[in-house]
Amino acid sequence: MQETATLNNSFKSEEYFINMGPQHPATHGVLRLLLTIDGEIIKKVEPDLGYIHRSIEKMCERDSYQQIVHLTDRMDYLSSHINNEAVCLTVENALELEIPDRVKVIRTIIGELTRIASHCLWWGVMGMDVGALTTYFYGFRDREMINDIFEETCGARLTMNYNVPGGLMWDIHPNFIKRVKEFIVHFKTKIPEYDKLLTGNVIFQKRTKGVGVLSKEDAISFGVSGPVARGSGYSCDVRKYHPYSALDKVTFNEVLETDGDTFARYNVRIKELWESLSIIEQLIDNIPEGEHRVKTNAVIKLPKGEFYQKVETARGELGVYIISTGTKNPYRMKFRSPGFSNLSALNHMAVGGKIGDLVATMATLDLVIPDIDR
Amino acid sequence: MSYFSNIFNGIKTLLTGMSITGKYFLNSRKGAITQQYPDNRDTLKMFDRFRGEVIMPHDENNEHACTGCQKCEIACPNGTIEIIWDRGIDEHTGKNKKKIDKFVYHLSMCTMCGLCIDVCPTDAIKWGQNFENSVYDRTALTRVLNKPDSKLRAGVED
Repeated sequence: MQETATLNNSFKSEEYFINMGPQHPATHGVLRLLLTIDGEIIKKVEPDLGYIHRSIEKMCERDSYQQIVHLTDRMDYLSSHINNEAVCLTVENALELEIPDRVKVIRTIIGELTRIASHCLWWGVMGMDVGALTTYFYGFRDREMINDIFEETCGARLTMNYNVPGGLMWDIHPNFIKRVKEFIVHFKTKIPEYDKLLTGNVIFQKRTKGVGVLSKEDAISFGVSGPVARGSGYSCDVRKYHPYSALDKVTFNEVLETDGDTFARYNVRIKELWESLSIIEQLIDNIPEGEHRVKTNAVIKLPKGEFYQKVETARGELGVYIISTGTKNPYRMKFRSPGFSNLSALNHMAVGGKIGDLVATMATLDLVIPDIDR
Repeated sequence: MSYFSNIFNGIKTLLTGMSITGKYFLNSRKGAITQQYPDNRDTLKMFDRFRGEVIMPHDENNEHACTGCQKCEIACPNGTIEIIWDRGIDEHTGKNKKKIDKFVYHLSMCTMCGLCIDVCPTDAIKWGQNFENSVYDRTALTRVLNKPDSKLRAGVED
């Protein structure tokens, strides 16, 4: 009698608690997820943040406006140029500086190259997360060409710090246009290979279709932005709605998918590669002549007030909010980072799924942890 | 029936993917971007703008262009640059002028943002292409950039 009782007890389903991270390879950084699971079924996901918090917002209050720019490299390091651009645009708007067209066009081209580089890395890592290691090498191979372009023009591969309030640190390198054109030709043959290798793969489709579904209503209420929101059919591209730099001169489509699952988000990013390529193609042949930099004061003092600028990074909407009291440092600086809001939807997407599905879902959220913690 | 067609479809997509990997397997030499880094040191050339470290070029007379204006020190976000300066009679003009004693550069604190070089009015400091900066003792990362007994080049004014 007692034996049967213990037997029944040991088969009883029981919720338990497991740590995923902070050193888990699938979390792409030091993100700790507290999982409440019942067997293999996820009951609750609780992200525990702060492992790479460096108080960038507080450091900004100490620094001058030129110095702030290089700190934003270290937030979302995969779209560092776009982060820099956001800060510079905010400062320029506050100062009411007239920026030359040449600067705007170059900023947009490099911004889109950054987006392609980021999506290449994401594609490689996405494949790796669901078990296809080959994609990692192919993604990094194509990203390497962009990194070389950046290294030649900006001097660094990842933390570029190429923007300064008022323009660009240097003019583009003479080889820049040639190299970008070579890259476009090269990359146009590679995206179809991406599709053949991973998108059409039956194992990959089984792992991603119908997994981690986020409806349009939920996407809006969680404040999700970028490719994650567009995968749910929520049209929110900042480049379309609030064009900055030279984005109002180009035509491109906002990629929208309606399914809201992992596969839809995957497709959005792959199609965005084509759109980014088309934006670069439209601009690369007619970079206007002119100054690459407007002279600003050595000590930039913003007028008293509040300033906000949002841009579309590879992950979504990045907002930069400055409160100035008229001194050479901001009184308060706030970054609305896309990764933080996107992560907030993870619990909603993962509950009810398996642990393997959680990894696939997280891969399409494209989390960069320093961007979340700042 | 759909059971078998699923199997065939699955095999077909896998073969499509393997045709890509097979193509690269057979042409593995072509399009490889991996650099044989420690072995290609002799031929490895970094780009001109590559930010490896801050250097202060000296000409053949052991003269540099740093006037000690300390703009780089102010521009630096991390306190990487420390200029120890003195006043002395300038031998070219005979005026009592500021001159650098030591230009201390803490490489361990440098984030390679480039603001110091951007702000330098006399182009006294430049980017060096050396990136092999690992040392066993971190005090070796604190460097004095101006060479011993170096002087300010004649005609350099800020």
